[in-house]
Amino acid sequence: MKKYVSFFRLRFTMGLQYRSAALGGIITQFTWGLIQIMIFQAFYRTDPSAFPMSFSATASYLWLQQAFLAFFAVWMMENEIFDSIVNGDIAYELCRPVSIYHMWYSRSIAARLSRAVLRCFPILLIAAFVPAPYGLCAPADLRHFFLFLATLVLGLSVTVSFCMLVYVLTFFTISPQGLRMVFVSATDFFAGALIPLPFFPEKMQKVMELLPFASMQNVALRIYGGSMNQSEMKRAVLLQLFWLAVITAAGQILCKTAQKRVTVQGG
Amino acid sequence: MKKVIHLYLHYIALNVRSLMQYKASFFLTAAGQFLVSFTAFLGMFFMFQRFPDVEGFTYSEVLLCFGIMLMEYSLAEMFARGFDLFPGMVKSGEFDRVLVRPQNEIIQVLGSKFELTRFARMIQAVIMFLYGISESGISWNISRILTVIFMLIGGTVLFTAVFIIYAAFCFFTLEGLEAINIFTDGAREFGKYPVGIYGKKFLILTTFFIPYALVQYHPLLYLLGRRTEPFFIILPLAACLFLVPALLFWRFGVRRYQSSGS
Repeated sequence: MKKYVSFFRLRFTMGLQYRSAALGGIITQFTWGLIQIMIFQAFYRTDPSAFPMSFSATASYLWLQQAFLAFFAVWMMENEIFDSIVNGDIAYELCRPVSIYHMWYSRSIAARLSRAVLRCFPILLIAAFVPAPYGLCAPADLRHFFLFLATLVLGLSVTVSFCMLVYVLTFFTISPQGLRMVFVSATDFFAGALIPLPFFPEKMQKVMELLPFASMQNVALRIYGGSMNQSEMKRAVLLQLFWLAVITAAGQILCKTAQKRVTVQGG
Repeated sequence: MKKVIHLYLHYIALNVRSLMQYKASFFLTAAGQFLVSFTAFLGMFFMFQRFPDVEGFTYSEVLLCFGIMLMEYSLAEMFARGFDLFPGMVKSGEFDRVLVRPQNEIIQVLGSKFELTRFARMIQAVIMFLYGISESGISWNISRILTVIFMLIGGTVLFTAVFIIYAAFCFFTLEGLEAINIFTDGAREFGKYPVGIYGKKFLILTTFFIPYALVQYHPLLYLLGRRTEPFFIILPLAACLFLVPALLFWRFGVRRYQSSGS
């Protein structure tokens, strides 16, 4: 356990070094949030009755999405990991007495956490001062807030487990490009990164909510705005736990199989 | 001038030939480009399942708008991708080599990359455009066809100008400024919808400051027959004027450039 904590700490402190990049990120993310809210506002003005959730809950969803982009954006995968598989550096890592899966997992969590820590607070702060209903509203109540924090962490874990699947599958395909594109596009669509899941037609939404993608950003961002009822929240959290267990187990099994027949690339 | 065009075409031919050496990678990247903008389309499709229209624009009209905008953007990306990749050129010191050659540096940067993979996005844009045309019942005449052509020219030049500004910042910061993404990727994002839906202030900003509305909203109104003044036909060409400050800024940057890389 101790070695994985140090992997985590190493990657985390490294991530904290990129402060000027973070500033650029903050400006971009903030403007992006603004654009999204303007689009939704235009639809709202046209037909408020067709909105599946309150406008302020939608705005909060979009702001949180931008603030915690580093948690949930699947395209932010660790390029070093892909590189090490493609160019053969993985051989050194395989010699070490560590589990590759756990090492990569702790590194990925650390990378996302450090990015988010640098970026989320300024965005959240400014968004909170944007006048209602366009700004970030206060959480429904304290219980919702704690539940939001818990599901945020669960969502992050599901996202990282999911990315781990892509890393591990690269052992089999060698070139990560194709896999990566399909995974990223699918996740963007099914996770509610393009439009929040409640905006999809009802039947589709019912199916989408059961998929692992819905256990990423969807749960936390919707709980915060209070647009889920008691039983929905309970089901969503259980689903998150279920998918986390399944995807992590699948990743570990695949990783073991891959390691048995690994071919070291490069020279 | 003829020599410059000849040189540029030669650059493009070189780029295409080198690209064709890695055919699998080429098609994969193209497929990826397609997927990314296809999900953007899907997001829009499902929004219109719920809402009949947005601020008076129907689904097919918005698709027409999105299609044209995406064509403009993809064309600019195809031709001016060299400016998008310019930070790497500065960092590696490659730009010093460009400067010592007896040829205009803009042509060289322009020719350094020709991104053919963007044709996948282009195909999608054309399909959306055609669907939008057939569904929104525009009666076509010479002036409307001219408007579309001018929109494509104006929009491609406008986005190219934004790419040039992005690249020119590298002379001062030595790396790409992420915040400029707002004006490229961001423009593609909010340009999906006619910019008039975002309100008056935004329309003024995008008409006079960074003239996205000139290649999108205003001529679109003319296409849809909501405006009839012939002046709207040539309005998109006015967006080309944005190239002037962009080039001036680029010149200013080149003069201040103090080499980098090793």
